[in-house]
Amino acid sequence: MTNAGAPEGDVYSRICRLIEPFNKKNVPLTPQTTFASDMDFDSLTVMDLVASIEDEFDIVLPLNMLPDLESIDQVARAVQKIRKDV
Amino acid sequence: MDLFDKFDPLIAERAKMGFLDPDPLNIVMDEVLSPTEAMIAGRRIILAGTNNYMGMTFDPDAISAAKDALDQFGTGTTGSRILNGTYQGHKALEAALEDFYGMKHAMVFTTGYQANLGIISTLAGRGDYVIIDADSHASIYDACSMGNADILRFRHNDAADLARRLGRLPKDAGKLVVLEGIYSMLGDRAPLVELIAAAKAAGAMVLVDEAHSMGFCGETGRGVAQELGVEDDVDFIVGTFSKSVGTVGGFCLSNHPKFEILRLACRPYMFTASLPPSVVASALSSIRTLKYADNRRGHLWGLVRKLHKGLKDLGFTLGTKQVESPIVAVCFPDQEQMFGMCQALLAEGVYVNVARPPATPLGLYLLRCSLGAGHSEAQVDTIIAAFKKAAEKLGIDLSEKPRADAAE
Repeated sequence: MTNAGAPEGDVYSRICRLIEPFNKKNVPLTPQTTFASDMDFDSLTVMDLVASIEDEFDIVLPLNMLPDLESIDQVARAVQKIRKDV
Repeated sequence: MDLFDKFDPLIAERAKMGFLDPDPLNIVMDEVLSPTEAMIAGRRIILAGTNNYMGMTFDPDAISAAKDALDQFGTGTTGSRILNGTYQGHKALEAALEDFYGMKHAMVFTTGYQANLGIISTLAGRGDYVIIDADSHASIYDACSMGNADILRFRHNDAADLARRLGRLPKDAGKLVVLEGIYSMLGDRAPLVELIAAAKAAGAMVLVDEAHSMGFCGETGRGVAQELGVEDDVDFIVGTFSKSVGTVGGFCLSNHPKFEILRLACRPYMFTASLPPSVVASALSSIRTLKYADNRRGHLWGLVRKLHKGLKDLGFTLGTKQVESPIVAVCFPDQEQMFGMCQALLAEGVYVNVARPPATPLGLYLLRCSLGAGHSEAQVDTIIAAFKKAAEKLGIDLSEKPRADAAE
């Protein structure tokens, strides 16, 4: 893989599917959508979402990474990187 | 840019709550009459939300020990435990804790918050993993933010979820699983047998915080781990003096042969002043009393069963289906009703805690009652009657349950 930073469409769309049950305000999802300001998620909601992402991809996504993961795209990149590193 | 701008949403929300009189968010106790009564806004109020589980705040032995220590050792140590802040009392208190818990090493901290902050952030370093329950206390979350370990969170009280998350971790990595005997918001217990089995199967060390279970759970009041017979598999017990012990301070116990080195590595232990001698003396006195306080334990559990049944019979939705702890959490559908009830209860002469998300799980709005061995049967009757009158005053239909048995 040369372009390791760009998330595959599959990872992005699977993450969007996981976000839907938490997206109470029905905010339209784009790669740039942010969890805190756009979707109004509190810290507990974000942590619940992380748990479902971990289970979906069978990975470890430590909570201490969260401060750097503000948008869907950033999470998708992080998930992809974790999957490659394993 | 004003640094305070970030608080504007909170300021707006606080303003929206209004300023009630008496204001549940601004309770001042002008006089404290006993472990269960205080003067608030000129009225005599029953305290039913103070975590004073064993009613020890006015224990005569604890008070006289504190007065003697004031006379003999002064008002404060003016120093850290590792410099000039360790008096013979601190060592005696650590020895008393070792005796109470039957463990080899005890470290006394200045608060329970600092005990969790210090132990968890120091034990687990870069490359290690801390695995915490989703409903963990703020001190545990803050410890995770302070340290350098990778942090994982498992579904509340779910041993299978814990096992699945542990199974994804490298076999040889250091792992610390953090549990609480009783969770303070809903008052529900941890299934420690199953959770500890999952942790041990993955080679993790286990820390159990018994802050809300010390004194009245287990044969000699050590907590839920004692009651369930799993103490031998617990590597670290954390606790506090600010609930059943009736003063302030925190502690950690362990049998690990290298435990003492933490005194030279744990920053929340090293870089804060130690407990004043009077606090140490009253904690020491109370811990010795608690070991043999079977009558108080029996009295407390009787009161809690009475309150739980009384509120349930009135139609309130409670945090736990059965009695699991001295905490009886009453669930409300929204913040307005929760604050309204709290204020109406104060008017009826009863104080309880308000608790709301994100401090509470499941987005619940709670009035959190906690009883103590200092309460009487008659006071519990008054508390139940006050809940009934307050709900009537607010026109709350108790047949409309907001959320059935939240902890289920």
